[in-house]
Amino acid sequence: MSEFLQFLLTGITTGAIYGLIALGFNVLYNATDLINFAQGEFVMLGGLGFYTLGVVLGWPLGLSFAAAVAAVSLLGLLLERVALRPVKKPEPLPLIIITVGASIFLRGVAMRLWGKDPYSVPGLTASAEPVKVFGAAVMPQSLWIVGIVVAFMVGLHLFGKRTLTGKAMEACAIHRNAAWILGIPSDRMVLLAFAFSAGLGAVGGVIIAPITMCSYDMGTMLGLKGFCAAMLGGLGSHWGAAVGGVLLGVLESLAVGYFSSGIKDAVAFLVLLGILFVRPAGLLGASAVKRF
Amino acid sequence: MERKARPWMCWMAAAAVALGFVAGPKAGFGAEPYKVGGIFSITGSSSFLGDPEKKSLEMAVDEINAQGGIDGRPVEAVIYDTEGDPTKAVLAVNKLISKDNVLAIIGPSLTPTTLAVMPVVERVQVPLISCAAGIQIVEPVKPYVFKTAQSDVLAVATIYKHMQKHGIKKIGILTVTNAFGVSGRDQLVKQAPDYGIRIVKEEAYGANDTDMTAQLTKIKGENPDAVVCWGTNPGPAVVAKNMRQLGLTLPLYQSHGVASPKFIELAGEAAEGIRLPTGKILVADLLPDTDPQKAVLKKYIADYTQRYGGGVSGFGGYAYDAMHMLAKALKGTGGDKAKIRDNLEKISNHVGISGVFTMTPQDHNGLGPEAFVMVEIRNGTWKLLD
Repeated sequence: MSEFLQFLLTGITTGAIYGLIALGFNVLYNATDLINFAQGEFVMLGGLGFYTLGVVLGWPLGLSFAAAVAAVSLLGLLLERVALRPVKKPEPLPLIIITVGASIFLRGVAMRLWGKDPYSVPGLTASAEPVKVFGAAVMPQSLWIVGIVVAFMVGLHLFGKRTLTGKAMEACAIHRNAAWILGIPSDRMVLLAFAFSAGLGAVGGVIIAPITMCSYDMGTMLGLKGFCAAMLGGLGSHWGAAVGGVLLGVLESLAVGYFSSGIKDAVAFLVLLGILFVRPAGLLGASAVKRF
Repeated sequence: MERKARPWMCWMAAAAVALGFVAGPKAGFGAEPYKVGGIFSITGSSSFLGDPEKKSLEMAVDEINAQGGIDGRPVEAVIYDTEGDPTKAVLAVNKLISKDNVLAIIGPSLTPTTLAVMPVVERVQVPLISCAAGIQIVEPVKPYVFKTAQSDVLAVATIYKHMQKHGIKKIGILTVTNAFGVSGRDQLVKQAPDYGIRIVKEEAYGANDTDMTAQLTKIKGENPDAVVCWGTNPGPAVVAKNMRQLGLTLPLYQSHGVASPKFIELAGEAAEGIRLPTGKILVADLLPDTDPQKAVLKKYIADYTQRYGGGVSGFGGYAYDAMHMLAKALKGTGGDKAKIRDNLEKISNHVGISGVFTMTPQDHNGLGPEAFVMVEIRNGTWKLLD
């Protein structure tokens, strides 16, 4: 029983990260119909940025956290302004390919800046002692991860439902032209979405780095897993992202625990295929998806 | 007929011009250089191997040229990056052979990349000195394939000997699912009965996995005396951390694949008490003066540190040894690849970084168990175990 619990808790931790990355995909997808394949690279930059500020420069951890996330958000803005906005025919396919290019570019730059070695990053709490939950051991950092992810989920939900800006963003997501006619500055909303999604990625990078260590090439797989989670939960649905992420994490962990560690990564993509065949809109997605 | 010939003439003229450019600047040494190929995983996740190997190869080439080259001819290294990708390694080897016309190739850095290029060099009969650890590279022996890295056979034997001495009988093993881990796993399973050791749980993890608590939980359930983890960074550091997390206080043995200061940095506090087999370079200062390798090691460490500002590891030594042995083998051959191969097989008592090499037609690695020592990580540094 404690074995099962250990697998479950491990799965929830990784799943929460997948969920957070999926959330980043969603925020952007809602506002722009765009899948940003550089999302994983924002995660990597968040982690490495946090390492540079917190470990190399010795800033307080809270400050480094905020600064790393802010810097990556700015980078998200920059990506939109420099690489995506000037595109003459902003159709989804060319834009998506540009994001793929951006991801390769960012990875290359990160390799030049940080080198190819992985780095170790301290946890948000100094204690490295695991917490015992019914016989299963959990790192304090895992609790941080789950807590922070839940906080962001709730925050994003409240932002969308309770604030004017949030509502304006949702309006843009529902129908950009209609929102624009009603006087919502849809351009600015798109920018905001970019900053948000990059920031969310960076948060993921900062909180996962103490557990997985961070290196310039960590983003690719995390980005893909986050994408799987987003598809699983239903692209565009915030709660779907959370459910998809946790489900994926737990499935992976159980697969390792009860079958073989070799099939871990296969699980994510099998699940993705399954969902695309059976329920293309995802578990919590709107059933009629008509985009593009 | 005449019409067809013309484009060829054009190409030949272009080639002649190009050759002129290539050959031009090298005229300084007087004689045409011996070209040696190098293929390493200079970037990518195994850059910790390829990067020092590339640097060490360049250093060895400069050393040889500073002493007047080989038979009055300088050595020139042509180095390509495989990024740890077998496909790219094969492409690089083809390029080295057909375009650069190298006499021999040093590398690749990894077992999978080496296995991928072996059929190619065997077919065209170009000597290859691999820098990878896997035993499959030299067992069974292929005429043109050699290697300088210590085999995992010796590493496993060193670990098991230490376990036997300390009464460890039941172990759980956790190996990475790539060629390095699979080869290590095979040796762990194969040699265990020889030392009276029983493997009670066998688990694996993926090279990019970020959490191994599930596997360790299963190992924990079998109550072993010790855990052996076989992989290269960063996986083993995660394993060390996860063991702390689960409160597993069993002795943890790692492979020589993580024998670098980077591992201590990555695993942090969790590295304390970990035991691993390593080449002698890590503990060069602790070796007794009677050790034949001590002087060679100290010179290599000093030169490498001076040239590259630190970051010495045993990995660079694989390429360094390969180049120096190749230089010995090149002597008097005039660039005949078959003769180079024959000479490589005759090398004996070559004191290198990874050990003292004595090649034979049956042994294309040439190292004995004394190439390894057991170390333990204490207070963030290595301590020699007896």
